[in-house]
Amino acid sequence: MMEYNEERCVIELQVNGLARQVMVRPADILLDVLRQELGLTGAKPGCKNGDCGACTVIMDGWPVKSCLVLAVEAVGHQIMTVEGLGASGGKTSSKSSSAGTSAGSSSGNADSGTGNGSGNGNGADSGYIDPVQAAFVQANAFQCGYCTSGFLMVCHALANQKPDAEEYEIESWLESNLCRCTSYQEVRQAVDIMLGRS
Amino acid sequence: MIPVNFAYCRPGTPEEAVQAYEGYEKAGKKTWYYGGGSEIISMARVGSITPEAVVDLKEIPACCELKEEGGHINMGGALSLRAIADSQCFPLLGKAVGRIADHTNQCRITLGGNLCGTIIYREAVLPLLLAEAQVSLQGPSGVRRLPLQEVFDGRMQLLPGEFILKVHVPKRYASMPYFHVKKAPTEKIDYPAVSLAAIIEKGRLRIAFAGICTYPFRSKEMEEALNDTGMTIEQRLNKAVELLPEEPADDAHCSRGYRQLLFENMVGQALMELSKASEAGAGA
Ligand SMILES: Cc1cc2nc3c(=O)[nH]c(=O)nc-3n(C[C@H](O)[C@H](O)[C@H](O)COP(=O)(O)OP(=O)(O)OC[C@H]3O[C@@H](n4cnc5c(N)ncnc54)[C@H](O)[C@@H]3O)c2cc1C
Ligand code: FES
Ligand code: FES
Repeated sequence: MMEYNEERCVIELQVNGLARQVMVRPADILLDVLRQELGLTGAKPGCKNGDCGACTVIMDGWPVKSCLVLAVEAVGHQIMTVEGLGASGGKTSSKSSSAGTSAGSSSGNADSGTGNGSGNGNGADSGYIDPVQAAFVQANAFQCGYCTSGFLMVCHALANQKPDAEEYEIESWLESNLCRCTSYQEVRQAVDIMLGRS
Repeated sequence: MIPVNFAYCRPGTPEEAVQAYEGYEKAGKKTWYYGGGSEIISMARVGSITPEAVVDLKEIPACCELKEEGGHINMGGALSLRAIADSQCFPLLGKAVGRIADHTNQCRITLGGNLCGTIIYREAVLPLLLAEAQVSLQGPSGVRRLPLQEVFDGRMQLLPGEFILKVHVPKRYASMPYFHVKKAPTEKIDYPAVSLAAIIEKGRLRIAFAGICTYPFRSKEMEEALNDTGMTIEQRLNKAVELLPEEPADDAHCSRGYRQLLFENMVGQALMELSKASEAGAGA
């Protein structure tokens, strides 16, 4: 049985395809550990209450709100943050023609404020732009960008888990995230691009 | 950040979970069984609860089971709401849990966590009450299996150290005509003002509610009145309001008057569904 009874313990997390050792309190939430201990600041703190989705990461292929997951719960599971898009196992499956390019080859400004994580030990190929990122760029699916990494994570999981998702399923996945700049229509359009439906 | 420290363990069997729970309690630690953690984390973060140990149930295979056996659909207490909805094993339950929180949270919130949570809604219980579900409770003296209605009195009445191992739904209820409607005050994704689940069995309505009162309930007296074709629809609706187990809740989320208005409207819709089903039955 896995047990963490001390005030602080060293755990190993599998993040973006890499094993990372980190000292945590069993009461620490995954969001804080990713940001403060591992320097992966792509997952954003918003409400810290499960409502906004800014903190969304992928756990074993499914989106989770990292403000509502203990870091110790993630032991033994695969975590992917926005920095890991494009890392081994972290590519979005896409039917879009502009998918999976290297930086500079897609139209528009690729700086969404979430980065593609190159150079901070997260496993992603330098310069790679994942199809979900390319679709967001093409659809201008962000304004301030604070919600973007959460939306990217949900859309990535959607493309991989439900590539033939019906309209109501897409709606229901996207309803998990809030965008204070109201980029909802553009995000919806990005999903269509990513799924090769536009 | 959660401002208190607690111990965490992840047992692999139901027996280990009970042993761990008892071990922590013996050591003087206030212990909580832990499902999806969404309520425990959010309440601990704001200091409403101060757990000293949590026992995570999610990796106990029996708690994650979803299978049909002996005329029942067996669902583990740590199954996520999303797994239940996607399986379509019990469409009414799938519909009800598919309206709890949002898709991402549904991937974490567990059936047992929703049934045992402290918020007043616990919407997953409605279809289970209608379908005469049973629960298997694992505790220090083993497993006891009994009708949910015997241990759900507005909230789960568990003995110390017990947790929901499985929920068993008689399979025949899964294919009966049903009706579900949830109305929230403003947004689609929100706690309900009123949530209604109904099953039509042999031309009779079974009905359960969350949100209207401070706890979820199924009322057989109310069902009797609603099924009484000797009364007009209006009389039946008035009787249903009279038979509420307490006055409609009145809080910052939704006023009493608005809750009652929604309740009457939604029960009216359920009665229309009932008469449609009866007509279809008569025409068949
Ligand atoms: C954003 C958000 C929106 C929500 N919206 C809704 C809504 O619309 N309708 C609604 O009904 N609920 C809603 N909820 C509430 C949610 O369903 C409850 O908080 C539920 O308790 C969470 O389940 P969990 O598995 O995460 O529970 P946990 O946080 O793990 O546990 C909650 C409680 O249940 C106990 N427990 C957990 N599993 C078991 C078990 N197997 N046996 C015995 N006890 C157990 C724990 O000890 C604890 O007391 C919402 C929650 C969030 C975060
Ligand atoms: S910060 Fe996690 S959902 Fe808002
Ligand atoms: S782009 Fe600003 S919050 Fe979504």
